[in-house]
Amino acid sequence: MRGSGIMSIGVFAGMALFAAMMLNKMQYGYSERIAANERAWEMRQIREILSDTNYDNDVFTDLIYVENDTPDAQLLGKDDNPYICRARLKNQAQAAVLQVTAEDGYSGPIRLLVGINADGTLTGVRIASHRETPGLGDKIEAKNTDWILQFDGRSLSNPDVESWAVRKDGGEFDQITGATVSPRAVVKAVKNALTYFETNRDVIFARPADPERSAGDDEN
Amino acid sequence: MASKDNTTVTLNANAPSPPPPPIGSVWRDGVWRNNAGLVQLLGLCPMLAVTTTLAYGIGLGIATTLVLVLSNLLVSLTRTITASFLRIPVYVLLIASLVTAIDILLHAYLFELHRVLGLFVPLIVTNCAIIARAEAFASRQPVGHSMVDGLAHGIGFTLVLMVLGFARELIGAGTIFAGMDSLFGAAASGWAVSVHSGFLLLILPPGAFLALGMLLALRNVWTARDARRSEATASRAESVA
Repeated sequence: MRGSGIMSIGVFAGMALFAAMMLNKMQYGYSERIAANERAWEMRQIREILSDTNYDNDVFTDLIYVENDTPDAQLLGKDDNPYICRARLKNQAQAAVLQVTAEDGYSGPIRLLVGINADGTLTGVRIASHRETPGLGDKIEAKNTDWILQFDGRSLSNPDVESWAVRKDGGEFDQITGATVSPRAVVKAVKNALTYFETNRDVIFARPADPERSAGDDEN
Repeated sequence: MASKDNTTVTLNANAPSPPPPPIGSVWRDGVWRNNAGLVQLLGLCPMLAVTTTLAYGIGLGIATTLVLVLSNLLVSLTRTITASFLRIPVYVLLIASLVTAIDILLHAYLFELHRVLGLFVPLIVTNCAIIARAEAFASRQPVGHSMVDGLAHGIGFTLVLMVLGFARELIGAGTIFAGMDSLFGAAASGWAVSVHSGFLLLILPPGAFLALGMLLALRNVWTARDARRSEATASRAESVA
């Protein structure tokens, strides 16, 4: 009995070791593929955001990373080195898509893609990833409701800065019944992105493109 | 394995192998008589959290069924080398590894589906219906029967999720078939119908408990009537005799 006990613990340890090795191998083996999937999906979102913009460059390689220690970088959230894609027509700045993180989502950060025309109006906003409650907070996603489309064409003067809030907080943006936290977080993040864009517009379009970084270190 | 037969007896002393039940009764048990959601009340955490729409109910149901079938398979396969005092850690190890592996594979190969189900897959680890099937069935039955048992219980659980999701969506959000396109592709995007403005309570967590309570009451009425009826026929048969 004693011998079989030790043996079965050995068997269990073997199974645990095998499972750990398998999962480790899978995690690494598929990380590139998963990162590529994420990237392709994000590209599709960016293309959607820029669907009304005229541009002739490759926005996915014409991108820069915002270093965390540069001025106003905290407006884009705590994400490590958020990126900005630039859309140009005959080398004229047309629009930029900013990767923004709203830290104050209901369950964890909400990552956004915010498209802004060179004149400071929004081309569109999309949710890149989130963990909001299914059926409530996830209505911020374009695939669930049209809520996110109300940002199209808005700017820091439309409505004016004080009205950049959900109605419950005296602002001009619709909230979502049953979920106030997620819309509030998104409105604030979009406003912050517009503020960042306004003060850094020239730098954003003038900086030469950065070499691509691997998306593997991204958390989601 | 044949050479290990003598150790098998001591290892699995607590789990004698009764002859496997007929497949038909395995099906009936899983889907109705011993339904994970309605009778055993297992898996309440993911069940109540996720069933805000029919589409989410189906999504969680598919993911749970997949894990149930595969975990029963693994537990049944390893039942002769698992000592009974170690069986719970072994189930935990198998189920957790399986769920993680499925999550990684979905993420790599079925990315669109993962964007929908990805939310539910980690929740499955908290579903005690899976460990319950491992303990009650797969640890003492042959592989084929165990997989059927997992499939039957998965289908039974999925049906409950679908009813809950449909009812909560209809009453709480006032819609039917919302968000089905995330599961069934763009063709399903026209299915959504908005009926009224919705009664929010049903979407919120208390509404989940209320809806489940109603469903349990309905099932109890049903089984009580069934029992009365069979009692009546039995006593009639007696009086005839």
